[in-house]
Amino acid sequence: MKFIDSGDTAWVLASAALVLLMTPGVAFFYGGMVRAKSVLNMMMMSFGAMATIGVVWVLWGYSEAFGQSWHGLVGNPFQHFGLSNLLSGNNAIFGFVPAAGGAAAHGGIPALAFVAFQAVFAIITVALISGAIADRAKFSTWMVFTVVWATLVYFPVANWVFAFNGYAADKGGWIANNLKAIDFAGGTAVHINAGAAALALALVLGKRIGFGKDDMRPHNLTLVMLGAALLWFGWFGFNAGSALGANNTASVTWVNTMAATAAACLGWLATERVRDGHATSLGAASGIVAGLVAITPACSAVTPLGAVAIGLLAGGVCALAVGLKFRFGYDDSLDVVGVHLVGGIVGTLSIGFFASASAPAAVDGLFYGGGVDQLWRQAVAAGAVLLYSFTMAGLIGLALHKTMGFRIDRDAEVAGIDLEEHAETSYDLGSLGGGGLTHAGAALFGSHPTASAPSPAKSNTQGASA
Amino acid sequence: MRLVTAIIKPFKLDEVKEALEAFGITGMTVSEASGYGRQRGHSEVYRGAEYTVDFVPKVRVEVVVDDVDSAAVVTVILKAAQTGRIGDGKIWTVPIEDVARVRTGEHGPDAL
Repeated sequence: MKFIDSGDTAWVLASAALVLLMTPGVAFFYGGMVRAKSVLNMMMMSFGAMATIGVVWVLWGYSEAFGQSWHGLVGNPFQHFGLSNLLSGNNAIFGFVPAAGGAAAHGGIPALAFVAFQAVFAIITVALISGAIADRAKFSTWMVFTVVWATLVYFPVANWVFAFNGYAADKGGWIANNLKAIDFAGGTAVHINAGAAALALALVLGKRIGFGKDDMRPHNLTLVMLGAALLWFGWFGFNAGSALGANNTASVTWVNTMAATAAACLGWLATERVRDGHATSLGAASGIVAGLVAITPACSAVTPLGAVAIGLLAGGVCALAVGLKFRFGYDDSLDVVGVHLVGGIVGTLSIGFFASASAPAAVDGLFYGGGVDQLWRQAVAAGAVLLYSFTMAGLIGLALHKTMGFRIDRDAEVAGIDLEEHAETSYDLGSLGGGGLTHAGAALFGSHPTASAPSPAKSNTQGASA
Repeated sequence: MRLVTAIIKPFKLDEVKEALEAFGITGMTVSEASGYGRQRGHSEVYRGAEYTVDFVPKVRVEVVVDDVDSAAVVTVILKAAQTGRIGDGKIWTVPIEDVARVRTGEHGPDAL
């Protein structure tokens, strides 16, 4: 018996909108963390990903992720190209959580509701990478990278992890169906994936001028806090929406998402207080994101107490992990590796320890008497996604670096990427006009004379005469 | 006439302003500045990384005074701004040729 459940459909559509809001959330989160001269470029990398992936998803992205899978590795990109063959209501999609069982007993959601929900996952995964290459990446090359990386890495990996057999297609991906690792909402496909790609790009582009020497503190922590708040809000759609129904699984994952995130905020702040002497607002915001990342794969598999434990662990571990870049000398500018890669690994592996059969995924981890069976499945899934994404992102990044160039020139980087790449400045606080200090700074370095910018007065005249 | 320039710790601004007013100085120009002297900068730990902060935030107070008041004004600022710890700042004076009040066109000491 197949029918469309209106309650489930309403929840999934609302969740999709919540998750879309996370990408502007990332833009604010990252935008506040960079220096004042590169805010707009930082935010534009997220908005750029919304633009490119929103189109690519409709063309071949959905089909490549959820079309009939070729050996569990990649969906057929031509099966649903353009999505035109999915518009009738007969393509209902049923129950997502395999271990929960019983999902087929009730109705499903329209295929296009699933298309919408998964689209915003693809967008945010790509946007997350941008934090590693702040202040220095050519915008045009970034836009090309988003399309190539999504096509060669995200869509196949989403097929591995999210495509269950008989769900959107008869045959799904190998991690979901053969390995049977638990990744409810994307600890591997989203966070390890983005974090590993971020590490590769940070290595390809090299360090910012002054890395490790200059004080590169966040220019506006209120924006960072706003971004963290939007992310937390949207993440309820990300995790609870992944139940693909307005049901018990959604409720459990909602509570776990709140509990782990709160605990991770505490864990990060406590670590900072002990190590550096201060509990910072950047630490609170980062702790929130670390907790959200870690609970993402695990939210269907653990109890709320397990979620608190995972959150505390993720907050503490990630707070320490963000220092690694100074030790090893890679400029992961906004800690995508320290938060998303490390947090994703913590969350994915912790399922092997903290999973409880009383949760919807119905699997026991090591601490609940389940042995190491689930743990090794989790480790294989995490390792496979990490290695594939790191290698591919490195190759794509290098290829683009050798052809288009991935980095702006030195003078432009010192003067500020906003002016170089977008001909704008984020803050015009000077009462004398003309963009204030940022323009003056740029003129000083001589890389971008303001005189060459088209003057608004001129274009107005043209407009009037046309 | 002389221009007295004082570089002081930002939190000392109010005390210096009040002391100058009490002395009878009727106007001053204040701006934010940053720099270092013999104390150099200092290092700070943020997000697990240690940074050297070369330029320490300061406030610059500028007052134009009659030649006879110059030494006394320096003493007034000195007393008000002093904490005895490193980084208290500097005061210097330079001779100036002329001062004009924009509103009335007066020149010299009358314009002070």
